[in-house]
This record gives sequence, structure tokens and C-alpha cells, in this order.
Amino acid sequence: MKKEQKENLFNKELVMEAIGQSFMKLNPKYQFRNPVMFTVEIGTFVMMFVCAWILSGEKSQGTFIYNFIIFLILLLTLLFANFAEALAEARGKAQAASLRKTREETPAKKIAVLGNMFINEVHIVPSSQLSKGDMFVCETGDIIPTDGEIIEGIATIDESAITGESAPVIRESGGDKSSVTGGTKVLSDKIIVKVTTEQGESFLDKMIALVEGASRQKTPNEIALTILLAGFTLVFIIVCVTLYPFALYSKTEIPISAYIALFVCLIPTTIGGLLSAIGISGMDRALRANVIAKSGKAVETAGDLDVLLLDKTGTITIGNRKATNFYTAPNVAINELIYAAMLSSKTDTTPEGKSIVELGKKLQSENEFTAERFEKYQSEIIEQINFTAETRSSGVNLANGIKIRKGASDAIKAMVLNAGNIFAAEIMTIVSKIAANGGTPLVVIEDNKVLGVIELQDIIKTGIQERFERLRKMGVKTVMVTGDNPLTAKYIAEKAGVDDYIAEAKPEDKMAYIRKEQNLGKLVAMMGDGTNDAPALAQADVGVAMNSGTAAAKEAGNMVDLDNDPTKLIEIVEIGKQLLMTRGTLTTFSIANDVAKYFAIVPALFITSIPALQSINIMNLHSPSSAILSAIIFNAIIIPMLIPLALKGVAYKPIGASALLRRNLLVYGLGGIIVPFIGIKLIDLVVTLFM
Amino acid sequence: MNPQILGVVVMFIATLLLAVPLGRYVAKVYSGEKVWTDTIFNPIERFFYKLSSIDPKREMNWKQHLTVLLTLNFIWFFWAMFCLLNQSWLPMNPDHNPNMTPDLAWNTAISFLVNCNLQQYSGETGVSYFSQVFGLMFLQFVSAGTGMAAAAVVFNALRDRTSEQLGNFYNYFLKSCTRILLPVCILVAFVHLFEGTPMTFKGIDTLTTVQGDTMHVSRGPVAAFVAIKHVGTNGGGFFGANSAHPFENPTYLSNIVQMIAQILIPFAMVFAFGFYCNKKRLAWIFWGVMTAGFLILVVPAVIAEVHGNPYISQMGISQPGGNMEGKEIRFGATASAFWSIATTVISTGSVNAMHDSFMPLSGMNMLLGMMINSFYGGVGVGFLNFFIYVILAVFIGGLMVGRTPEFGGKKIEAREMKIAMIIALFHPFLILVGTAIASYLAAHDTNMGWWFADAAGKHNASGWLNNPSYHGFSEMLYQYTSSSANNGSGFEGLTDNNPFWNISTGIVLLFSRFLPIIGPVAIAGLLAQKKFIPASSGTLKTDTAIFGILVFAVKVIIAALAFFPALALGPIAEWMKMPH
Repeated sequence: MKKEQKENLFNKELVMEAIGQSFMKLNPKYQFRNPVMFTVEIGTFVMMFVCAWILSGEKSQGTFIYNFIIFLILLLTLLFANFAEALAEARGKAQAASLRKTREETPAKKIAVLGNMFINEVHIVPSSQLSKGDMFVCETGDIIPTDGEIIEGIATIDESAITGESAPVIRESGGDKSSVTGGTKVLSDKIIVKVTTEQGESFLDKMIALVEGASRQKTPNEIALTILLAGFTLVFIIVCVTLYPFALYSKTEIPISAYIALFVCLIPTTIGGLLSAIGISGMDRALRANVIAKSGKAVETAGDLDVLLLDKTGTITIGNRKATNFYTAPNVAINELIYAAMLSSKTDTTPEGKSIVELGKKLQSENEFTAERFEKYQSEIIEQINFTAETRSSGVNLANGIKIRKGASDAIKAMVLNAGNIFAAEIMTIVSKIAANGGTPLVVIEDNKVLGVIELQDIIKTGIQERFERLRKMGVKTVMVTGDNPLTAKYIAEKAGVDDYIAEAKPEDKMAYIRKEQNLGKLVAMMGDGTNDAPALAQADVGVAMNSGTAAAKEAGNMVDLDNDPTKLIEIVEIGKQLLMTRGTLTTFSIANDVAKYFAIVPALFITSIPALQSINIMNLHSPSSAILSAIIFNAIIIPMLIPLALKGVAYKPIGASALLRRNLLVYGLGGIIVPFIGIKLIDLVVTLFM
Repeated sequence: MNPQILGVVVMFIATLLLAVPLGRYVAKVYSGEKVWTDTIFNPIERFFYKLSSIDPKREMNWKQHLTVLLTLNFIWFFWAMFCLLNQSWLPMNPDHNPNMTPDLAWNTAISFLVNCNLQQYSGETGVSYFSQVFGLMFLQFVSAGTGMAAAAVVFNALRDRTSEQLGNFYNYFLKSCTRILLPVCILVAFVHLFEGTPMTFKGIDTLTTVQGDTMHVSRGPVAAFVAIKHVGTNGGGFFGANSAHPFENPTYLSNIVQMIAQILIPFAMVFAFGFYCNKKRLAWIFWGVMTAGFLILVVPAVIAEVHGNPYISQMGISQPGGNMEGKEIRFGATASAFWSIATTVISTGSVNAMHDSFMPLSGMNMLLGMMINSFYGGVGVGFLNFFIYVILAVFIGGLMVGRTPEFGGKKIEAREMKIAMIIALFHPFLILVGTAIASYLAAHDTNMGWWFADAAGKHNASGWLNNPSYHGFSEMLYQYTSSSANNGSGFEGLTDNNPFWNISTGIVLLFSRFLPIIGPVAIAGLLAQKKFIPASSGTLKTDTAIFGILVFAVKVIIAALAFFPALALGPIAEWMKMPH
């Protein structure tokens, strides 16, 4: 399941399974879903009858061998297309199988329930017999049998089976971290879990079905593209059928095999054959990024996103603030401030406190400064004063009576003034300067006299600016959601490079923002985990729920991120874009191919009756039959050659829409015109050897 | 520069210079801003609206627009049939021309109704002045007005907003006729009067020539007719010889004016779209794509015609004037070649030379012009046809940049694709199936009975071909292509005034006119209802050269793919066979 798992595209086992499936998929009932390939199948049947007809003595259709070869190539075309789809499905299934393994028949300790009472009686039942609303117990070492919500207890859980992340996580009843996923393992403690989904309806079950292609619905875009391709197919039916009277008029006899070959070459078999493989592999790529999409449509929509709502903490900044600077009050030595600050934080276990000690130590070693110079501080800490919302300060009392405090500037200022000391104007300047820079100032006092100020700063994740820049180039606007005051929020927003921010945000604000953007016609995505995020997740066009989030959040969103990684949205957007681009480029390639195929087949059809048309045989193909064979062989083998591209997707580069169009038109449009000229000529050279 | 080449270049540039301000004027007319012509027409219109109790301010959705459009056309059809079938006893028939046969009347009424003007009769003997003026000329105005009004609905739908209210059809239609077509026509008609085109209701004139022979000269209200024939891209000539006739197109100057008149409004409609929707850059891109297509077709045609016929060169005969068979000396090979391509890329279909006598390459380019049918295209409808290709290009291009496709901030989904594909399909379907049936009959030399009889009274199908082999095939292909493109020009050489050709092309005309109006209006109407999405940097920008190239490629590839085999058997085979 881990992303780093580098696996071979043509894994032997998968290929074998796919080959088997390609034959199964020849069933016309199945082919009917795909109008392009269905017509190829009809063509193949016709060729089969032609072969039989020749065996029964018909002379007008050319040799049996030639017709039979054409039949075989058409069959291969079908099989190649089926193989592409089967391989994509097999890859999806392999992904799903590893998940499923952990879920099959896990013993569950079901609690018997009588009315509203738990009866302290535990039955061991297979997980498949649990239904929604049932309760079960999990203790240390147990595998959680199915998805559910903790109703009692707290436990550390190893979710590596699903997320690939080995660090255990804590799940407890109540609050936002109450949901557990089937297949994960309880490492310690005991929890009682209520089943939240019916058998076969959990997220994993849904995803497995989607990836396997069983319940895959065509997405709206796929339907529109199928219409386009069906339209092209119809055009070529008309072209080939009307060619018969045209040929009659120009006194040319065209064998059935040539009509069929022309038709199969002209219809967009390349994209027709790869279309469903592209769709399945889009889901598969999402899964490889450890995201479960509840529908293919959600992945497609992700490619269109205009606005992205991201929580500040954990996404843009690393969880906590860090001390970044010390500023001294007038007539205080810097070392004195540093040492007092470190001392005040020595027993402080908050991340902020630790970061103060860290910074102090670093500055100490840089300044080659030793603590011994301050004898007054060589004393035991006898009391630790913790931060409270009322005092908004913390600190220590030393055995020799010295009291050191640090805290919010206004709280400290009150203490200082109460003690009759002065709070210097310089300190006020420093404090407001830090606040304006998005930092949090902590004023340090010793016995109610100001020593100086510690600056705490939000630390922006490394590389996040580049990611936002990338999103901006994709046309996605990023919005930071934070509980900070507007001033701090603005500063961090600017520093991180987000386009907009919501400061002092409440859950309703997110909802309102999403609505506002949607009214402007934008597509909005957000990530969330809490129950109070659920309405906004449901409102957003793409709602990504963290796997660690509550069941309500997961239900409301249309994707679940197994890694709980808030920057995952960026990958999801790219996967969505890749999916559409792969469809577009292969359609262009497929249609552009027709130009060369025409130049191969049309002269071949009429060369005997209209020798003048030899001049449009610009590839100088050997003979009419070699030209036709080369064209349909090219048409067939281009499908497997493009399978890797279909499964991996066309690389997306955020270079702006026009540049992207230029690039893809050049590669797949112009390339699609040129490549078959070369390919057909080469195949013709080889075919000629055998004739 | 060769003065002949200079002539067409000046013609083209003059058209462009006139079209841009006219486009701005058209946009003003449709957006309801006050224009100078309002002073004249507003009172008259108010009277008629009151009389018919039509409220020109009532906003309509796309379905209501189409209902009105089709109802009006339905009524006009019967009016035209009535004129043509009863002209012998109706007034204004000084030459005592007889009633039309029902199959010819059906073909003629339809062909003028649909702005095609395929003429399987000759104006001098086939119709009365009453039919010319109140039947055909009336249809030339209203059919052009219909196309423009439909385009106006699409313009309205493509504005940056979400709405079902797309203006009033009566208002668009009437304004197209009175504010745009009529003033331009009056100007064109005046030039023709001064150049010597007749404008009279008197019948055939008889005069004695210097040699003492008696000569009968047909005349009539020609100047008025010629004006709308070109301004409305109708193309139906007053006389059988169309604009090759010395009364209908007397001088090089009148030829220039007719040229300009037919390209003017198709140009102006593209710019009008730009002004109306405030997408001027996009309008220039569209115009650029159309012009590129036009030049690619016109340049080889001019070269081929100026070069002359290689068979004649082979005999050692010099052709200083180029291929002059079937061309008028007063226009010359260059202007005739330019005209032949202009009249086919635009759905005018008026001719000033014999298309049958052009070089095969020119013939192919004329066919291609009509097969693509939107390198400018007819008034209004050219833009509508172009719009279908834009939708297809946007769909493919949108996917290629990794977004679900959108045009003008509206998502293109399955429903729009279905309509666009049906419309794009129908054109090759009608052309190829029609030609296939005709070739099948010709190949088998079927006895057609009532359906066909040639001059000698024989009923064999091959009798409708005046030329054997590839050229004969081109004649049939051209006839259906011209019908399906609502063009109306003929390759000629085909014996086409008989039930088979009249009825079959009539059916093709009806489908190929109304489907390409219904389709784009429906798509635009559906798009207009959708939520408007403002563009981001990930959106496919349509007003760029690269998008223009994509639209061009989509048009060319679709046409090339569908028609390549047919062209190969007709003009290409003929061309390849020629000595080079």
C-alpha cells in the first residue's frame, strides 16, 4: 500500500490474469458498453463469416490466408483493448486484495445487547456477521473487525495496514478521534466499538468495488467522450457504407475485407480501447496516493477545483510555534534574559517551552556563554507555575526567592504596574513589532521587572510555498483557515504564499466561505476531520475527510485520506487533471492517426481501377494487400504500446493552460499525424518480407 | 503586382475595412442600443407589432425562439408554393410564364426558404415577376433574417451570465431585416443601377440588331434582386446564368460590389459576436481561422485557373488568360476563381463562371468549402456552424489541459456533445448518402420511370450525367454538397430539373437548414442556463492562437476524414490523371 512501493507495470501475475480476462471480455454483451470496440467485434464476426464463405468455395474475396490474417488481427485488436482494461482492473484488484486480506473473517468479540443494557457477555463471531449498530470489544493485540466508532475507552492503534504509517495513533471515545477502521490493530488498552456501516458498505468495501471496476459508473465526462467517439464511429460507418456504391460507379471491386479494414482503421479504436483502462487507473492512482475516492466523478471534479480550503495548523505550519528571537529590555544583558527565559521554561513541557530552551542553548553555544556567571540563578526550582487562561502567564519560583514569569504582554504589564515598576515604552515597541510580523510576543520578568521579550513564531512547513505556487499555476486558489487574529493570519498567509485567509474562523465561517465561492461558480475543496466539519465537507465539491476523523466527517466527504495528510489535496488535483488529460491526448492521437491510415488504404482500394491514385500512395507501400495489412497491424499494436501511458497517465505540468495545450497538441496531435506514417511504412517493409 | 491579383486583394481588404464597423453596428442593433435607422423604422414596426399584438420585449427561452422560427418558416413555405404554382394567373407576369410543376415548385420554395437558392429553373422563363419579387425575393430577405436572428440568440446566450431569457425572436428577426439587410441592400442596388443593371416591371424587350435580326431581351426588377441575393448570401440569380449574365453583373465594378456584398455580413457577424459579447479577441481568432481556411482554398484555385488547362497546353496552345472556358472576359480567371471559392465557403452559391469548367483542383476546393461550410459561411448560419466546431474543439482541448471542458465559462457536458455530434454528423451523412444513392443508380443505369427523363425522353439514370467517369461523380457529389451546405451553386452539367433530383435535394435542403439552426441554438440555450464559472489560469483560453489552430484542425480533420474517399474518386482522381 505504501506509495514508495515501486512495482512493475507488467507484473507477471497481473499480466496472466489480465490475459485470461481479455478473452472473457469478448462477450458481446460486455462489449456493447463500448460502442467503438463493439463495432470492431461486429467487423471481426463478419471476417469470420467471410473466411467460412471462402472455404465453401467463394472466389471473389481473395485468398483464405489473407482474409484469415485480417480476421486474426481484428481479434487481436479486440484482445489488446480488453487486455488494457483487464490489466487496469487487475492492478486495482491487487491493491484491494491486500486490504481485503486483513478484513476477511476476523474474529469479532460481539457484545450481546438487551434493550439499552449491555450484558456482560461476549460472543466470538466472524466479522462478516456484524451488522450496523452492533457493539464489539477490542483489546490489546486484537484486529478491529470492521469500521466503527468508539463509544467507550481509549486505545493506541496501529493503522499501518491501511495508511502505511507505522507510528501508532490514539483513538478515544467522544470528540473527533473516535472512529476506527477495520483491519487496524489495537496496540494497547480496551475499547468498545459500535459498528457504523453495514457489511460490504464500509469505505474499504466501496473502494474495492470501485477499483475492481465492478461498480464503476461512467463519469459524466466519460459519457460525453463516449458520445464523441460514437459519433466518429457513425461517421465512418457512413463513409464505408457509401463507399460501396461509389466503387460500383467507378467500376472497382472492393473485397469485404478491405471495407472492414478501412472501417476499423478509421474509427478511434486507440482511445476506444483504452478509455475504461484510463478511468480505472485514475481511481487506482488515487488509491496509490492513499486516498479513497467514493466515486470516479470525485476524482474528475478534483481536476477542476478552483479553491482549496486548508487548515493552518498542521497543513501550512508545523503544529506549534517556536521561539525565534530574544529582545532585551534597556540595561539588561542578553545573556541574563536568555538564562532567565530558559530557566522559566526548564520544567515547561509545552512545545513552546521546549523551543525556548532549544533556542537558548543554541545561542549559548554560539556566544560561548556559561550560566555560572549568574550566581543568582544557581538555585533549585521549587515551584512550577503553569499557564492558565486567567493569568495568561507561566513561570518558576526559585529556592532563593527569585520569581521568573513569562506571558502575554498585557497580563505581564498588569503585574509589573501593580508592583509599582515601570513598563518601558521600548518594550511596547518590541511587542507590537513582533505581533505585526505574525509572531507571538512573550514578555519575561524577574521579580516583576522586565528583562525582555521572547518572540514565538509559527514555523511554515518547508516546501509549502512551492506547493502553493504550483497550485496557483494550475489555477487553484488557496485559502488558509485559522483561529488566529487577522493580523497574524495575514502575516502567515503572506509568508506561506496562500491567496486568501479566514481569520478567527469558526466552522460556520468555512461553510459561508464555501457557499460564497460556489455562488461565483467556483469549485471548492476542503479537508476536515471533525464532526463540526461535516456540513462544510458535504457542501464542498470535493470534501476530503481524514481517516482519523469522525464517522460523520467521513460520511459527508467524497474522499477519505488514509494518511491524514492535509497537503494531499494537491496530489488529488493532479490526479484529476491527469485523468482528463490522458483521455484528451489519446483521443487527439487516435483521430490524428486516421490521416496516415487514409493515405495507406484509399490508394490501395482503387489502385487497380484508377492507377492515377498511385500518386497519393505517398508512403510508397509495397502492394494494396500489404498496405491494408500494415494499416490494421499498426492500428492493433498501438493499443498495447500505449497501455503504459494510459495506466500511468500523461504527466501534468503546471505551465498554464495555453502552454499545456500547445505542448499536448504538438506531442499528441502532430505526433499522432507523423507516427503512423513511419509505423505503417516500417510494418509494410516487414510484411513485404513474408509476401 | 498583377492587376488581376491586386483586384482581389483590394476587394478582400475593402470588405474587412467595412465589416468591422458594420459588426459594431450589428452588435448595437441586437443589444437594443439606439441606431440611426431606428428613427425610420421604429414607428412602422410599432404599428405592425400593435396590429399583430406581438410584444417585442417579451423575453424568450431557446425553445420558444425555435418554435417561433420554425412556425414562421412553415408559413413562408406555403406562401412560396402558392406563388410558384399559381404564377400564370397571378399579376405581374408580362412574359406569360407558366406555373411550375409541383416537384420543381417544392424544390424552389424550399431552396429559397432555406437560403440555399438551388435553381433548377431559369429565371427568364421559369418565374413571373410576382414570384420573383413577392415569392423569391421576399424569401431571400426573411431567410437571411432568420439565420441572423438565430445567430443573435446564440450571441445572447454566450454572454457571461446565467439566464434562460434570450431576447425576443421577432425583435431580432425584424431588426436583422430592416436595420441591417435593407440599408446595405439599398446601397448595393444603387451601384448596380448606375452600372446598367435593369430595374423595371416591363416584360421582354424586342429589338433589331445591326445585322437586322430580331432579338428578345429578358429584363425585370434585377437591381433590387441582385442586392439581397448577395447581401443575404442567397445566391439565387434573377436570370439563369446568374452573375455571369451581363445584366445581372454588368461590369468589373459591379463584380467587386457583389463580391464585397456577399462576404460583408458573414465577416460582420463574427465581429458583431466580438462586440456583443465583449470578446473581441476571440472574434478575431475566429475570423483568423476562417480566413486561414479561405486562403488555403482560394490560393490553389487561383493558381490552377491562372495556369490554364494542361490538356490545352499539351496541344501547344498558349493560354495567356488562364483557363477561360466557361468564364467571362470582363472578370478574367483570377476574379472568377476568387469568386468561385468565396461563393462556396460562404453559402451564397451565386456564380459568375461555369464551375463545371474549372480545373479539378479548384472544383475540389469549392467542394471542400461547402463540406466545411463555416469558413465564414452564410449570414448568421455560418457562425452557427462554426460554433459547433468550436464546441467540439473546446471539448477535446479542455480535456487536453486537464479540466472538464468549458466554453465561455459554461461546462460542456454529455447533452451538448450529443447535439453537436448529431449536427456534425448530419452534414456528411446527407452528402454521402445522397451521392451514394445517385451513384448506385447511375452505375446500374436504372430505369427511373416517372422520377427521371433526359432531353431525349429516356429514363435511364446515367442520363443525368453530362460527363462520364470522375467528373460525372464530381457533378453528383457537388449537387448534394451544395444542397447540404445550403449553398445553391451548381456544378452544372447535371440534368437536375426532374423529380428525382428536385425531391431528393429538397429533402436534403430541409434537414441541412433547420438542424444546424436548431442544434447550435439548443446548445447555446442549454449553456446559457448553466452556472457561469469565471476563468482561472487553469482554464482553457479560447482567445489564443493555439486554440484557433485547434479549431482549424478539428474542422479540417473532420471534413477530411469524412470526405476523403469521395474526393479521391472525384476531383482528386481527375486531377492526378492530368498531365503535370
